[in-house]
Amino acid sequence: MAVFTRPRQAFVIAGVLGLALSATACGTGDDKKSNNAGSAECAAYDKYEGHDGKKVSIYASIRDAEADLLRTSWKAFEDCTGIEIDYEGNAEFEAQLPVRVDGGNAPDLAFVPQPGLVKRFADAGKLKSLGADTKTMAEQNLPADWLKYGTVNGTLYGVPLGANVKSFVWYSPKLFKEKGWTVPTSWDDLIKLSDTIAASGIKPWCAGIESGDATGWPATDWIEDVILRTQGPEVYDQWTTHAIPFNDPRIVDAVNRAGTILKNEKYMNGGFGGVKSIGTTAFGEAGLPVTTGKCAMHRQASFYANQFPEGTKVAEDGDAFAFYFPAIDTAKGKPVLGAGEFVVGYTDRPEVQAVQTYLASSEYVNSRAKLGNWVTANNKLDIANVASPIDKLSVQILQDKSGVFRFDGSDLMPAAVGAGTFWKGMVEWINGKDTASVLQGIESSWK
Amino acid sequence: MEFDFAEEQPKFLMLMYGLIAFVVVVGGLLLLLDVVPAWFARRREAQLVTASASGAPLPRRRSKGEGLFALFFLLPTLLLLTVGLVVPAIRTTLLSFMDAGSTNWVGLRNYGWMFSDDSIVRVLINTLVWVVLVPLIATGFGLIYAVLVDKARFESVAKSLIFLPMAISFVGASIIWKFVYAYRGEGDQIGLLNQIVVSLGGEPKQWLLESPLNTLLLIVIMVWIQAGFAMVVLSAAIKAIPGDIVEAARLDGVSPWQMFWQITMPSIRPALIVVVVTLTIATLKVFDIVRTATNGNYDTSVIASEMYNQAFRYGQNGQGSALAVFLFILVIPVVIYQIRNLRQQREG
Repeated sequence: MAVFTRPRQAFVIAGVLGLALSATACGTGDDKKSNNAGSAECAAYDKYEGHDGKKVSIYASIRDAEADLLRTSWKAFEDCTGIEIDYEGNAEFEAQLPVRVDGGNAPDLAFVPQPGLVKRFADAGKLKSLGADTKTMAEQNLPADWLKYGTVNGTLYGVPLGANVKSFVWYSPKLFKEKGWTVPTSWDDLIKLSDTIAASGIKPWCAGIESGDATGWPATDWIEDVILRTQGPEVYDQWTTHAIPFNDPRIVDAVNRAGTILKNEKYMNGGFGGVKSIGTTAFGEAGLPVTTGKCAMHRQASFYANQFPEGTKVAEDGDAFAFYFPAIDTAKGKPVLGAGEFVVGYTDRPEVQAVQTYLASSEYVNSRAKLGNWVTANNKLDIANVASPIDKLSVQILQDKSGVFRFDGSDLMPAAVGAGTFWKGMVEWINGKDTASVLQGIESSWK
Repeated sequence: MEFDFAEEQPKFLMLMYGLIAFVVVVGGLLLLLDVVPAWFARRREAQLVTASASGAPLPRRRSKGEGLFALFFLLPTLLLLTVGLVVPAIRTTLLSFMDAGSTNWVGLRNYGWMFSDDSIVRVLINTLVWVVLVPLIATGFGLIYAVLVDKARFESVAKSLIFLPMAISFVGASIIWKFVYAYRGEGDQIGLLNQIVVSLGGEPKQWLLESPLNTLLLIVIMVWIQAGFAMVVLSAAIKAIPGDIVEAARLDGVSPWQMFWQITMPSIRPALIVVVVTLTIATLKVFDIVRTATNGNYDTSVIASEMYNQAFRYGQNGQGSALAVFLFILVIPVVIYQIRNLRQQREG
């Protein structure tokens, strides 16, 4: 079975291929970045100097267009300091990060959106605690409760980076104006409005929890928002830390209250079908009927602004806008549910620490915010740099010192619950399973 | 979207590197496979020539060089098997007796969890349903088809129609079928199945939400992909039945039915077993279809997808490993049966 009938012929082919390979390999000789340190625009980066030519790898779940914005946002830093940031975004981030870390191939830095995952790595001794400079910078620039989410057993591991506000209800200002509906400011108003809308023949709500691997998470946000509203932040904290069982009567109550909207055939699911269609509707598409008048309201985080088709005017008088998901018990304040990602380090080389410090700095957050579609809890963010009205509103909410802010509960819980049985349980709940047995199932999985 | 060639240049460069690397590696391997045996052949030839010239007895067939030759082919395989299969298998087995973080020994707790947790028992039952139905239906369908189209007109066209889905990846096939099962509450149905139901005057249904129907609908996807494989192998086996046997049977005046059971079936038995065994192992490992179509929701999860979730998504290394070991144990009897069978055939 001679593949090449003449050995000489084969050698010629192999030789040519070898030559071609070496020739192309020469073509991409790394041309070193021009180091323009010392110029005026680089003055802000003086304190990160001294790591010229070093490489720092970052791994995160942010991809495509958003990843390009990230790369642009630290371009000036790279040019001035000579540190090269090697960014990689992966859709399977949550599953792949542990594989990479356990396999001895950890990135230098990772943007982890789940405090639960930060804790898992910290407990396993994989994370480096923050360097002194980073710690000082983080403590100066970020609110204490956000730092708390990056802290495990008293040690600060994660620096909060981006943030989003989840307690929003998207609606169409045009449709509301046309029909004479007003934005509700209390839960009772919200239900009254829903009934009015339902009576007019339009389904008041639309929702979708299909999100591939992560199917179910939008429903957990609903539950968390309602628990914060009916029970207040203390019970919420007990719930997320498992100080009270998952099927505590207060939690059952809150889930049932969310069910009065989510599992109400009269309210659901504008543009898609009945209640059960929530389970198979992609979360990105779920709110789109708001702009076509097929549904009136869609509860989803600030980042949903990016989902509307191009040309949609997202503004207080436009095609789509969001109002604050109203409080239930005004005595419990105006709670806000949110989330964000944390910069954690698996190595602590000086250049890695420099990048980590830089990501907590005012230079970075403003540089990223100027590119649009981004907010952070970092109080050095100048609101003038935030363009979109919904982002502006989010920043105001995040920087409001009187607001009661709580982090997404399913992200705080251990992954087996927060990203496992809780998500799956919500899918079953939407699909018709009763509240008590769903919560009992989740509780029994929390060890 | 506009396509800027210059901007995409690095990607094309990368693509070119990939192609070149592929050609170099594969070409190199082929070259090696060509040159090395040729070298051994030439050496043996020279040995034979010298041996015959000197009148000495011919060297025995299995010389030292031959052993070296065998080692040359075996070594890479052995090495890869050890690194890629044996070591991970041992490690997984050890991990299955440890806790979520792989730090403390917990004995058989993970296995206890596997058989007591309702949702996991459901997963095991689903896997059983898959393993029973897919090989049975796919092989049955492939066999009937192979017999029916044998020596028919347009045989090759008919066969390629069934064989085509084999060329589609599991993920691709699942996406295609997800569209078939798609549901729209209002307006036009985009799913074929629901459109058929609607045009017959029925109500559209959310096919993938209803257990256990959804598992059966996912099994349809696997059968759709694998029936072609069964058909091709069995068709080849049917064609390999010696013509004189068939002719003799004809002369004896057998009915088509007798022909099938008395002649065809016994003759293709080895091929039939190979198909069933291959499909059984493939079905035990099914992962892509479930993950793409429902992600294991609505009671459709199977062992492989649950294993991935437990180990990699939920950080439950112990439980994930226990599922993996269980899957491994399930495959072993099938493999043993296959080996025994092959051995019997060789002896018989």
